[in-house]
Amino acid sequence: MKRRLPPFEVFLEANRALVYRYLVAAVGPVDADDIFQETFLAALRAYPRCTDPGHLDRWVLRIASRKAIDHHRAAARRPVPVPAPPDRPAADGDPAADGLGQAVQAVRDLPERQRDAVAYRHVLGLSVAETASLMGTTRDAVRANAYQGIKRLKERATWTND
Amino acid sequence: MDERLRISTEEAAARSRTAADRFRVAASADGLVDVAVGTVDSPVGELLVAVTPRGLASVAFEGQDRDALLDRFARELSPRVVAAPGATDDVRRELDEYFRGARRHFDLRLDRRLMTPFMRDVLGATSRVSFGRLATYGEIADRIGRPTASRAVGAALGANPIPIVIPCHRVVGANGKLTGYGGGLPRKEHLLRLEGSLL
Repeated sequence: MKRRLPPFEVFLEANRALVYRYLVAAVGPVDADDIFQETFLAALRAYPRCTDPGHLDRWVLRIASRKAIDHHRAAARRPVPVPAPPDRPAADGDPAADGLGQAVQAVRDLPERQRDAVAYRHVLGLSVAETASLMGTTRDAVRANAYQGIKRLKERATWTND
Repeated sequence: MDERLRISTEEAAARSRTAADRFRVAASADGLVDVAVGTVDSPVGELLVAVTPRGLASVAFEGQDRDALLDRFARELSPRVVAAPGATDDVRRELDEYFRGARRHFDLRLDRRLMTPFMRDVLGATSRVSFGRLATYGEIADRIGRPTASRAVGAALGANPIPIVIPCHRVVGANGKLTGYGGGLPRKEHLLRLEGSLL
């Protein structure tokens, strides 16, 4: 029997924490809230046309991933304020970052594929198979991206000095 | 290492709750909500109301299965059901006025999509029974031209998706007994006392 779409409210309650955790890793704790809004507004627009009611968690994570990518591209196009802010420990003076490890904030700066592989595998705790399905790629590619991502995180000063 | 990549489950739950509240307001403002649900406190218990762009579609009493109701809205109206604050304000205001004794009829637009054609006839006739008056099941059956259908009329009234606003509580048995009510007889009694139809 084909599964029906649940009421959006039920879907929102079931997936909001998952999406939020992913976004904190993908765009950082400060912007997570705004991208959360964009993700669920896009999800609500598309909801009646969603053809996969059995896998709504994957569906909304794919939307969140696209919104995170858009966010990074827009940020890259924005002119850098002058003088450029000095590198700082991200939690410093940033109220939204309270209680978050610097490592969380380092994930967002990884290349897209590595970021999603690390976020899905190590932040959300999804399996290699689930991550591969979500990213539309192979298990080997997931393992490679997650490995490269974690390696890069380890190389960061904020990570090793933490 | 994994632990340092995560915000705690509690923190994600708390932050996402606030973010979801902000989302509901934005979704409503953007006109993306097809069925806005909200609650209204009343002397007959908390009411769950559902409003669509066409009007008020449902009023449900406390104790009705809310998950089942939301599923029904998703199935029969639209899956874009959101607990959007604000969208149910007009309904809340008119219900508050009614329960305070400051309103005798409702001016709300109604969405009748949760009714069968027969129910629309029955509930249309019921809407014309005014505050402080009563009608019998037989009288409603007569008024819709189905004089032998009083039992079916009773069933249609019992399934009224918009009670209180469509005053099915004003329909009683031929002997004046209250007989039945979708929300339970004590609520029917309360509403009729409020309207002065019952001492």
